[in-house]
Amino acid sequence: MGWSRRITILLPYLWLLAFFLAPFLIVLKISFSEAAIAQPPYTPVWDSIDAAIQHLSTIEFYNYEFLFEDPLYVNSYLNSLRIAAVSTIIALFVGYPIAYGIARCGTAWRGALLALVILPFWTSFLIRVYAWIGILSTEGVLNGALQWIGLTSEPIPLYPSEIAVYIGIVYSYLPFMILPLYATLEKLDPSLLEASADLGARPFTAFLRVTLPLSLPGILAGSFLVFIPAVGEFVIPELLGGSSTQMIGSTLYSEFFQNRDWPLASAVAVLLLLVLVVPIVIFQRYARREGAV
Amino acid sequence: MKQGPGLTLKLMLVLGFLFLYAPIVILVIYSFNDSKLVSVWGGWSLRWYGELFQNEQLLDAIWVSLMVAAAASTIATVLGTMAGFALARVPRFFGRTLFTGMVLAPLVMPEVITGLSLLLTFIAIGIDRGFMTLIIAHATFSMCYVAVVVQARLAGFDRSVEEAAADLGARPATAFARITLPLILPGILAGWLLSFTLSLDDLIIASFTTGPGATTLPMKIFSAVRLGVTPEINAVATILIGLVATGTLVWSIALKRAMARRAQPT
Repeated sequence: MGWSRRITILLPYLWLLAFFLAPFLIVLKISFSEAAIAQPPYTPVWDSIDAAIQHLSTIEFYNYEFLFEDPLYVNSYLNSLRIAAVSTIIALFVGYPIAYGIARCGTAWRGALLALVILPFWTSFLIRVYAWIGILSTEGVLNGALQWIGLTSEPIPLYPSEIAVYIGIVYSYLPFMILPLYATLEKLDPSLLEASADLGARPFTAFLRVTLPLSLPGILAGSFLVFIPAVGEFVIPELLGGSSTQMIGSTLYSEFFQNRDWPLASAVAVLLLLVLVVPIVIFQRYARREGAV
Repeated sequence: MKQGPGLTLKLMLVLGFLFLYAPIVILVIYSFNDSKLVSVWGGWSLRWYGELFQNEQLLDAIWVSLMVAAAASTIATVLGTMAGFALARVPRFFGRTLFTGMVLAPLVMPEVITGLSLLLTFIAIGIDRGFMTLIIAHATFSMCYVAVVVQARLAGFDRSVEEAAADLGARPATAFARITLPLILPGILAGWLLSFTLSLDDLIIASFTTGPGATTLPMKIFSAVRLGVTPEINAVATILIGLVATGTLVWSIALKRAMARRAQPT
């Protein structure tokens, strides 16, 4: 191996070891230490290898026990999983017809429509979430329009609410759902649908028995791509949700910045990752098998 | 699928794109609202843009964000291109599995975890938080995106042109500079642009890793937005959206022209 090639590998390798792997190990280590008032606010878990070996036998699960005892943490975990799951399902129902529609367009249109799906990605995520406050608030555009049409006389309280959080997540992650769905639907062989029609299947039956099963890989990929970031979401519940929609990302944030309990925040981070590891591994296995992503 | 979309599907498409774009359009329109109240339309005006340019704090934050984004995306592009090369071209080296994992993991890692872990590391090492730490943090997660983009570009790359260059007597460095680099340049540029946008947009990791004197625009926007809608933020948002729209347009036109030029026989 030549020198230039060695450096090409070594430089990013060392960078990632220093700023990705090591930081994560530090979080893991701090999550097993006790909170202290001193600066930095945690007690060092081990200072030397000797102490480390000694420590391994007396590792403290104090922070983790606390997380399971206090309903605040358990609830925010469950909230995160519930909100992420519901949002994923909504995103699937919203995204599927769009992806299906694009796939059935002529080639000239497809490119343009796909570009339109991706374009919002390049504008600030924060601003796109913020835009919904102006729409959903009691004096917002939506309530104004509803009252103007005469559908309601009183403004509907949509913000802050759990519904607003769903809207925010679906809106922000919809492209993640549409793109993999489109990729599978585009490859679908139309002669299969013609065959089912020839055999007497009505369009809806043909969709249920042919299109839907064949687009399953896209459905799975899109769902994971929405679900995984939604679980750790911070900005959307923080801006659009209320106190009942506290998600684990916000809990971690406030544990760290407001309560300054670093070990507990670290334990929350480790548990959040554990929750996500299962869907991430399933997704990566699946992506490798499909040869996509 | 050949046949065109039916009426229902067309309606779904229209509604879908309305859902994607209406919030942005409404935001832009309201940035030109003369009224201080968000709910009242007070006529068209550029009032909030005027006030924006007098808001020193906001301008400072924009400056910080641009500087950090420029530095971080440049570092990320260099490191990410290297990593992309390693992944696409070197089938076997020590710890390749770990390396691949470290490149792919930040893409799915929740930002709160990335932010927290970097902050604790900076404290553990004893680096003062500020510009430097912000740049390191942004470069770290952006480089993974660059690596994936560059790797994809290299994977779909006809290696015979490189071999031809070698056969014609080009040294490896020359072949790289004259053949490989120009061919993967669109990928590298796209990676830089992506890193720049990611850095400009990041709130969570920045909140964790920044220090006094380095407040970024998203942090400023977030603290203002928590208190509700403000017309000034609408104006900032509109400027950002305008910049992105122009940037994307210029980029896609330039790319199309470059491709058309390459397609022509010389």
